[in-house]
Amino acid sequence: MGASASLAIPPSTATVSFEINGKQRQLVLDTRTTLLDALREHLQLTGTKKGCDHGQCGACTVLVNGVRINSCLTLAVMHEEDKITTIEGLGTPDALHPMQAAFIKHDGFQCGYCTPGQICSAVAVLGEIRSDIPSHVTADITARPQATDAELRERTSGNICRCGAYSNILEAIKEVAGEHA
Amino acid sequence: MKPFTFERATTPSAAAAAAARVPDAKFIAGGTNLLDLMKLQIEAPAHIIDLTKLDLDRIEDTSDGGLRIGALVTNTNVAAHGRVRREYGVLSRAVVAGASGQLRNKATTAGNLLQRTRCPYFYDTNQPCNKRRPGSGCAAIGGVSRQLAVIGSSDVCIATNPSDMAVAMRVLDATVETVRPDGSTRAIPIADFHRLPGSTPHIETALTPGELITSVTLPKPIGGTHIYRKVRDRASYAFALVSVAAIIQPDGTGRVAAGGIAPKPWRVAAADAEMPRGSKDVTTQLLAGAKPTPDNAFKLRLVERTLAAVMADAKASA
Repeated sequence: MGASASLAIPPSTATVSFEINGKQRQLVLDTRTTLLDALREHLQLTGTKKGCDHGQCGACTVLVNGVRINSCLTLAVMHEEDKITTIEGLGTPDALHPMQAAFIKHDGFQCGYCTPGQICSAVAVLGEIRSDIPSHVTADITARPQATDAELRERTSGNICRCGAYSNILEAIKEVAGEHA
Repeated sequence: MKPFTFERATTPSAAAAAAARVPDAKFIAGGTNLLDLMKLQIEAPAHIIDLTKLDLDRIEDTSDGGLRIGALVTNTNVAAHGRVRREYGVLSRAVVAGASGQLRNKATTAGNLLQRTRCPYFYDTNQPCNKRRPGSGCAAIGGVSRQLAVIGSSDVCIATNPSDMAVAMRVLDATVETVRPDGSTRAIPIADFHRLPGSTPHIETALTPGELITSVTLPKPIGGTHIYRKVRDRASYAFALVSVAAIIQPDGTGRVAAGGIAPKPWRVAAADAEMPRGSKDVTTQLLAGAKPTPDNAFKLRLVERTLAAVMADAKASA
């Protein structure tokens, strides 16, 4: 790195308060901490996974104020007063979220590493379709999109599955989409 | 990531003033490009100014019948907006052709205009790069250059601008509105916003130090058929090899801009003028002076063929 970068400044901290899975939390964090690392390393919510850590794989997908994002590409201290839902907040082993139940029923995973991100993403995808958000495969950009196979495939392209469980993931999402229809 | 101090901006002008006051400061909004680059230490700001609580997240009608899109409006909300879909369809189409759902939910309008190149040699800190470290050389020239620029490049940089959104903004004649550290504002036509690399490829836009984008405005809609066609190595979630944004009127006149081929969204007035004559004549003007590499010379024919497909689609839907 250049000369100016070698004049190292010491780590800096900041305070952030947010709601995680319905519980108010306050943390003092190194400003460099991503939301993903805050969840996993500071709040022990290890359901959210770190895959690529560069926004390419989708394993870190969480819902912030109901909107799906890559938690690896955002700083925790940027989320003052936000409401964050992770896979742990969607359902529990005794009371599964319908999307979790559908992934189990349709065998929508093999190793399971991408699964929490896939499920958070899938829940949000159906919300985005209901909210009339278009996609690249929406034939008429002015019309309300439908939960077709092509739409679901396109909208989940930010979630990579190294095992290739895509066809069963699609079946799981379709089942939940049908329940909403 | 290198350590940095952090502040939350309260107003756009205070953010601009803070950026001018603190050395090596950077704005952050969506963060999807900046944090990626900070993890690789390609960007290493000493101070981060968080813009996310600023009141710049609305889309409003302008008094002349156009649209003002706040700097912080997410890509998703631009693409989903009713007037954008109905009256500026090329913009909606371009936005949904880029990135993934998660990224579009976070990435902002201003941030999209400022995103850095995806040239692999810019990303590989073991390689020389005149954009990343001015004067160090260009490993892309003579390297693997299939994805890189065929026009507008220089003998020190052949990187492309990766944005889809900006190509649509260019064909729509958008204007970038800013505030400077002294509180003054200005409006920069999108044609002048991105700079060609010349001998200073590290300077990518017309923005001056501390200057903050507050919104992007679109002029009154011009009607016509709006098409954005993107050609890439896989069907979703990939950068363009070539993209074409076009607005074509029933009489065959129109406008065209191309992405994936140059350091900025590429539009040439003489090419627009050839629209009624067909894709060959348009492309001759659009790509006049192109200097492709052996790896990416295929893009010249790909632009013409993509435009031919766009024109056929426009004819079919007119």
